[in-house]
Amino acid sequence: MNIFEIIRFAIRGLNTNKLRTTLTTLGIAIGVSSVIILIAVGNGSSKQIQSGIDKLGTNTITIMANRGGFGRQAAARNTSSKPLTVGDAVALADPIKAPDIKQTAPVASANVTCTNGTNSSTPGTFNGTWPSWFEASNTSIAKGTYFTNDDVTEGRRVVVIGNTTATDLFGTVSPIGQTIRCSGIPFTVIGTTEVKGSNGFQDGDSLVVAPITSVQRSLTGYNNLGSIVVQAKSAKVQDLAQTEINNIMDAQHKITNVNNRDYRTLNQASLLATSTSNSSVFTVLLGVVAAISLLVGGIGITNIMLVSVIERTREIGIRKAIGAPKGAILTQFLVEATILSLVGGAIGVIGGFIGSHFTIIGVKPVIVPGSVFLAFGVSVLIGLFFGGYPASRAASLRPIEALRHE
Amino acid sequence: MHPVIDVRGAIKRYGAGEASIFALDGVDLQIHSGEYVAIMGPSGSGKSTLMNIIGALDAMTSGEYLLDGIEISSMDESALSVVRGRRIGFIFQSFNLIPKTSALANVELPLAYQGIKGPERRRRALIALETVGLADRVNHEPTELSGGQQQRVAVARALVTRPALLLADEPTGALDSKSTSDLLDLFDRINAAGRTVVVITHEDDVAKRAKRVIRMKDGKILSDSARQVA
Ligand SMILES: Nc1ncnc2c1ncn2[C@@H]1O[C@H](COP(=O)(O)OP(=O)(O)O)[C@@H](O)[C@H]1O
Ligand SMILES: [Mg+2]
Repeated sequence: MNIFEIIRFAIRGLNTNKLRTTLTTLGIAIGVSSVIILIAVGNGSSKQIQSGIDKLGTNTITIMANRGGFGRQAAARNTSSKPLTVGDAVALADPIKAPDIKQTAPVASANVTCTNGTNSSTPGTFNGTWPSWFEASNTSIAKGTYFTNDDVTEGRRVVVIGNTTATDLFGTVSPIGQTIRCSGIPFTVIGTTEVKGSNGFQDGDSLVVAPITSVQRSLTGYNNLGSIVVQAKSAKVQDLAQTEINNIMDAQHKITNVNNRDYRTLNQASLLATSTSNSSVFTVLLGVVAAISLLVGGIGITNIMLVSVIERTREIGIRKAIGAPKGAILTQFLVEATILSLVGGAIGVIGGFIGSHFTIIGVKPVIVPGSVFLAFGVSVLIGLFFGGYPASRAASLRPIEALRHE
Repeated sequence: MHPVIDVRGAIKRYGAGEASIFALDGVDLQIHSGEYVAIMGPSGSGKSTLMNIIGALDAMTSGEYLLDGIEISSMDESALSVVRGRRIGFIFQSFNLIPKTSALANVELPLAYQGIKGPERRRRALIALETVGLADRVNHEPTELSGGQQQRVAVARALVTRPALLLADEPTGALDSKSTSDLLDLFDRINAAGRTVVVITHEDDVAKRAKRVIRMKDGKILSDSARQVA
């Protein structure tokens, strides 16, 4: 009795009850593909958040004034708190005191509404800054040009605008060379930025950027910077850059108690770490849901295998009565279970790959290779174990006991 | 020469304590090569129990059973499967063909379990089916055959391994009179060819064909025509 013979028996056995075979295969396929797709959705959403954060800018640290707050500490701070100034930004750009800082950009922000004739738009971000801001914030120009240091020195009223703002104000017409009014002040559009998309919290394209001097002169005044953006030389030296920032800023603002600073820093790396861990919680959660669905699928397989063996106990008795060795019967059922779970698993993997091509609840799924092997492996093991166990019990019966089975 | 079948002090007990039944209550039986034996007796007298033990399908509670001088009760499963496959052909009242499987595949099955290769197996299965008069029905499944035809497939399956011993438990119980006499003719030919045949039956017609009749009651042998003659 060779293995090919037994495989033939197994295929014949599967053919004998096509409906049961089809349903079992389907059950396994659904279990496997749902595991692959759900994990891919979790993974995709974490990738999406990560790329959103990447777009905010890499290696950047944002310094903000520590205003407001509650309690004694806040009150103590208020007495001595100094606003952020352009002087701070200049001090931070010192290559000797801060060797790990590549460049800095002071940011004066305002809440304004910009208009072009009857069209109006309220940009989510309206920044007066230096040209260095573009690189530090990972913003590049799609059409037109950046403004220059010369524009800053001269206080020229020119702006670079984001895609959302451009569409709000100009529709499909090119905004380059046109004039817009922000809080009534005219600015000439010299460039538009590359589309950034949303990072999940904010539309990165609802944006107006102008030379800091022109914004301070006409809109914000000179002593209230919103923030200072600092770009470290690389992600690796970000911690060193952070220390250098603290040293320089503490000196600039005459801070004696480091627990009582009038500024705070926001590190992209730590933001990234938090949200990555958030999204990995999400992935784990989806993984658990998927595992439960695989388990339920597994119970389905078990049930069908059990029924299939019990239903055929009499047949096992007949086979034994005409001289089938226990091993041959057991192997036949194991091969049946293996074929079922291999075929079901393969269909499930294909289904998982197809399903992962669609955007699900706003997330583009990204398949985790491990999940494919896991789902496939678990389904095959379940099939083997739960097909093998009842078959081995039935194959151990005396022929007459199996034959008596109705 | 030792007997083909040699059963001594066979006891088969079902259940325990007060409620236990002795399906076989001390049976001694010797059957020699080439005999044609009919076992008769009322329902519940232990005929099937005895036959299943002779056919190595069941084990007895106590006693001895030698098949061709070899003790069966001491054999392990794999040795027993060889005995079932090669030495014994067993025919059941309810045919016991594998469902949804052609007559040919059913007859080939015992040979397949012996490891005989495809073409040889097919050749022998076709000969066996021809012997039972079913050469034109080889590709039919059990549900496409009459009761008489199904039983003849079962006979072909029992004979295809060329066993020394053919055992049949009420083989004509589910057949009409024409099929019954066809089957009995077949048994006559099989016995004439030198095989030992043991048949359980209720019917006197069937018993008449046998050369020896054993009657059972309550798990014991009541009479044995061989002993009366002796
Ligand atoms: N599996 C079993 N469990 C309990 N009692 C059984 C079983 N099989 C047979 N018996 C009992 O053993 C006795 C003999 O049965 P059996 O050999 O089938 O009789 P026969 O074939 O002569 O009609 C009967 O009383 C029957 O009820
Ligand atoms: Mg009976």
